[in-house]
Amino acid sequence: MELAFVIEKFVLITVVFVLTLLVAMYSTLAERKIAGFLQDRVGPNRAGPFGILQPLADGAKMFFKEEIIPTESNRFLFIAGPSLAILTACIGSAVIPWGQKLTFGDYVVDLQVTDINVGILYIFGVVSLGVYGVMIGGWASNNKFSLMGAIRAASQNISYEIPMGLSIIALLMVTGTLSLKEISEQQSGFVNWNIWYQPLGFLIFLICAFAETNRTPFDLPECETELVGGYHTEYSSMKLGFYLFAEYINMFVSSAVMATLYFGGYNFPFMYDLGLSENWITIIGVIMLFAKIFFFIFFFMWVRWTIPRFRYDQLMNLGWKVLIPLAIANIVLTGIVITVKDLL
Amino acid sequence: MESLSNRKKVLEQAPMNFWERIYLPAIFKGMAITFMHMFKKKETIFYPEVEREFSENWRGMHSLKRDENGRERCTACGLCALSCPAEAITMISAERKKGEEDLYREEKYAAVYEINMLRCIFCGLCEEACPKEAIYLDGPIVPADYLRKDFIYGKDKLVEAPLN
Repeated sequence: MELAFVIEKFVLITVVFVLTLLVAMYSTLAERKIAGFLQDRVGPNRAGPFGILQPLADGAKMFFKEEIIPTESNRFLFIAGPSLAILTACIGSAVIPWGQKLTFGDYVVDLQVTDINVGILYIFGVVSLGVYGVMIGGWASNNKFSLMGAIRAASQNISYEIPMGLSIIALLMVTGTLSLKEISEQQSGFVNWNIWYQPLGFLIFLICAFAETNRTPFDLPECETELVGGYHTEYSSMKLGFYLFAEYINMFVSSAVMATLYFGGYNFPFMYDLGLSENWITIIGVIMLFAKIFFFIFFFMWVRWTIPRFRYDQLMNLGWKVLIPLAIANIVLTGIVITVKDLL
Repeated sequence: MESLSNRKKVLEQAPMNFWERIYLPAIFKGMAITFMHMFKKKETIFYPEVEREFSENWRGMHSLKRDENGRERCTACGLCALSCPAEAITMISAERKKGEEDLYREEKYAAVYEINMLRCIFCGLCEEACPKEAIYLDGPIVPADYLRKDFIYGKDKLVEAPLN
């Protein structure tokens, strides 16, 4: 039994890891394709049919490019930066429940790598760690533009973690648990999705997710017009690739978190009314979760190619003067509604 | 100060109302616009397979012309090289020998005629300067290449194919 458990978890971790990398890899292609479609172009279409080999070509290019480590840089931290960035991006997906239970005979597989009872806090911690990769890389480059980008990334992430946490507090008041598994189970069906109870909280969470993943309109850390390349100005070869790749993994993980917290996770409408066996419900649930995740990834890209970048003071204004008061108001409102509901 | 032209307009900006100030309606409007573009006709021309039609006054690769008897028209006067603002053209002239009358129209001809396509700006001044109507920029787009030396086009690439 012990061995079976280890094998089960090992297989599950491998599958999740490979899936994460695969999705992130094809997100790079999807980004360029969607950018093309939104601008009346066709996007990359030369490497393989519809350009589906483009990520491989990009990866090969990244590996074969010359690796430059600036002489004045801190060599150890210069390498540690992108490693940390991609590491923190990858471990975030450990607590996301990908589906319900799969039953093989009398062996039950839980489609979640680990169900810790503080799942949300874990994700929150990992997301906060993510900024270290950017910060360390930018500082170790010994370049003014890199340092500016790193400082921007740090201040931006700290500013937007507060409204993000406050919006989650309102959500936790509704759910009453920190475990992502239990939050998913509570949202069974369609009317129980948390988005119906916490629309304002979701909006705040969404905006903060954009800021935390450094995506447009909050991509000031790599603002080309002002900072050359931002924190990765001095990076080349696969170390640059890691930074860019970490952004796409972050996007995937935050899409998964959003789908799990607010859009029912693996739940889909009428899941128990169709008369399907439990395994089929699980499989369709996993597909539905991925459909939701892909929608959010598309949404990230859609926003990127529509909305221009914020100015730095606007970014800070939005974070401190708008989102934080709104999130606090949301908590108060939620509290009042819950109290009134309990009284009735 | 008073406007001198009387065309000055005072711009009146009403303060933004609530919906304008939260920006979200404007963002959704913008996103709807970009989404509609997904279904529009793509403007891309698939270049190597499909080529856009050139306009009549298109200036492409140079060609050195032959006359109606198939003789090279160029007399190596050097006016094209002189007129060239990018100094892309160089040539070495030679005297026509007996028996070469069917090759070169004039008594003097260009033994070597080179255009550096990396320097050329395709302005067409050589074409205008030529008194013998020997050079025209009526070719295709100059193709890409790997080495700088391969961009120096000699007579083998520039002179028109013989008549027959």
